[in-house]
Amino acid sequence: MRLTIPEQEIMKPGHLACQGCGATMAMRYGLKVFGRNTVLTIPACCWAVIDGPFPYTAVNVPLFHTAFETAAIMASGIKAGFDALGKTSTNVVAWAGDGGTFDIGMAAISGAAERNDDITYIVYDNEAYMNTGIQRSSATPHGAWTTTTPVKHYKRGPKKNMVEIIAAHRVPYTTTASIGYPEDFIKKLTKAKETRGFKLIHVLAPCPTGWKAEPKYTVKLAKLAVQTNIFPIYEVEDGIKYTQNIKVKQRKPITEYFKYQGRFKHLKDDEIAFIQKKIDEDYEILLKKLS
Amino acid sequence: MKMTMMGNYAASWGAQLSRVQVIAAYPITPQTLIVEKLSEIVADGELDAEFIKVESEHSAMSGCIGASAAGARAYTATSAQGLALMHEMLHWAALARLPIVLTNVNRAMAPGWSIWADQNDSLSQRDTGLMHIFASSSQDILDSTVLAYKIGEQVLLPTLISFDAFFLSHTMEVVDMPPIEDVDKFLPPYNPEYKLDVNDPRSFGALTSEEHYYEFRYKMQEAMDQAINIIKKEGKEFEKLTGRYYDLIHPYRCEDADLILVTSGTIAETTNVAVDELREEGKKVGNLKIRIIRPYPKQDILNVIKNCKKIAVIDRNISCGYHGIFAQELKSALYNETNIPVWGYLAGIGGRDVKIENIKEIADDTLKSDKPEDLIWKGVKL
Amino acid sequence: MAIKFRTDGKEVKITGEKDMPPMAASLGLMTWNKTGSWRNLRPVIDYDKCIDCFICWKFCPEPAIIIVDERPVIDYDYCKGCMLCAEECPKDAIITEVEGK
Repeated sequence: MRLTIPEQEIMKPGHLACQGCGATMAMRYGLKVFGRNTVLTIPACCWAVIDGPFPYTAVNVPLFHTAFETAAIMASGIKAGFDALGKTSTNVVAWAGDGGTFDIGMAAISGAAERNDDITYIVYDNEAYMNTGIQRSSATPHGAWTTTTPVKHYKRGPKKNMVEIIAAHRVPYTTTASIGYPEDFIKKLTKAKETRGFKLIHVLAPCPTGWKAEPKYTVKLAKLAVQTNIFPIYEVEDGIKYTQNIKVKQRKPITEYFKYQGRFKHLKDDEIAFIQKKIDEDYEILLKKLS
Repeated sequence: MKMTMMGNYAASWGAQLSRVQVIAAYPITPQTLIVEKLSEIVADGELDAEFIKVESEHSAMSGCIGASAAGARAYTATSAQGLALMHEMLHWAALARLPIVLTNVNRAMAPGWSIWADQNDSLSQRDTGLMHIFASSSQDILDSTVLAYKIGEQVLLPTLISFDAFFLSHTMEVVDMPPIEDVDKFLPPYNPEYKLDVNDPRSFGALTSEEHYYEFRYKMQEAMDQAINIIKKEGKEFEKLTGRYYDLIHPYRCEDADLILVTSGTIAETTNVAVDELREEGKKVGNLKIRIIRPYPKQDILNVIKNCKKIAVIDRNISCGYHGIFAQELKSALYNETNIPVWGYLAGIGGRDVKIENIKEIADDTLKSDKPEDLIWKGVKL
Repeated sequence: MAIKFRTDGKEVKITGEKDMPPMAASLGLMTWNKTGSWRNLRPVIDYDKCIDCFICWKFCPEPAIIIVDERPVIDYDYCKGCMLCAEECPKDAIITEVEGK
């Protein structure tokens, strides 16, 4: 039997995720690596619901639900509590969506990163406020429809670059990942688990509901995002050492990625050409940073 | 051991004597000295605690919540704007039933910027579910901190300890520091039944439907009700240890009083002096200091005021659009129970000094008046 | 004494506040919730075609594909019918059936 990711399952089925939920796959992988000696804290996001209502839970490790903007400091507080009690080996993981990270949680994340608190922050990015019903966040890509960026006024302006912001804090480890590449994600989770100090993993987790895609395409989309260079996979150590973990020999045109999603279907050729140009430019900038 | 110290340092030493394990704090005048002193105490190894120097008060309270949920004793201090920023997380701490202690130096809310004494900041947090103490001396601050952990950890409620900016925070007073060995006997280590524990994979605070949320509120109210008796019980235990008794209310010369002044914070201490002078003038006036406003000591108050003829409440706060908050609370407690008339005075808003003569004036005005009024702006310049 | 957290996956009975902890601390696992009832489409593994690569197992979000005797087996109690497994199967060894037909 050849398994390419750990066999251990911590997360239980019966949870409330939509069919084909990328965020749920991310959690399954995360817990495979972090294991039982782990405490999670989750702010308002899809996972606040997926885990199930009181009196139930699905993650099967201790979980503290917290307010929208507090995932990072809540993890720091839990970690400090455990340290004070001598339970220093317990992994403390903040698990948040893109809204709770890129937008409302920014101050607390910057604080925890600057203090280099020994926590792992995992942002599962589905590129909008999906739990409240698909509103734009600063992680929503240019061109996308959401309920607050309707077709006539689709999201304009680039997606905030979280990894660069965190890298600028010179933390030990920050990286992108995609649920389409679980082996790479697992490697990064392991590295985060074994590294002391602040770690942030930005994992792309497609949302069939919000992206207006068929549930069966979640993994395909997570792969295409990487293969089109709209979501390159790279890590930054100590804020300076850039490594590309998944090399794309010949990038696919962005239309390959867009065609499975309803959220981009309003885009005209010139708009797509503009997006393609921006993707290629951003990628060139990234290549220059690689060590 | 007797020491002279500012009210702020009494809070710091109170936290140290309570052996807090995690402190998460952010600077704000006039509280800053509390956390500066604690930083020193922790850095010098005099207190074995983790200190998270957070980037906001919102995170200060959040950090305490995380630490407390992990099973550690957590402490923070703030003031005015900082407390307002914490507001969301005060609800969180209370509903998560975490016995965090939070010191708030009562300071007026901006704008215009003010750093002076005013109770509107902490009274704006009245309905968050925290027990709420108004300390009136440095000794009270220190002792209340220890007591707040002892009581809070039994009923699983956080406590807010408030005291006046500058009149107390920066005023030197003699404080008796109990030996830490004595405090250790009084306050055992915090060991909650429900906590984040990798051997017990519970979630805390999940989506709670209308099937269950109401019952959680019921349980909180039940805890507040229980707290009244526990405050008294622990007050007596603490008295055995230190000779100092703390209750929800502290009446002074109220037994035979015709007029009872109802006060809190440093105004209460000044009022005791005013009462002595009024008594010398032959006026039967007493002072009822409200030390704890949540849980509200309704029955205790009724027992004290039952024989008086008039009540005058002095509020260093206002719920604009109605009137002083202590006056509102008192009137609601009296309704259906007595017909004693209540006068509501404002004084000391925004740090204006409340002197003995101001209090005597309030007493004299009330004694002369036949008609109770809800809102009397004492000393306002019109 | 804390109310015990049950790990048997059974429903937790709460009749009133006395059955509840002071805060919203969970008392059991979600596994009582058989999400198989959500399913419109049903993935069925053709074991003659299956090469045991476990890609289906790897990508199942529930997880509702378990390993039994070193082979992937779909747990229909929990499979929500997203059909990701069928889409990702490199040998087209997972057939899509319509539920209820």
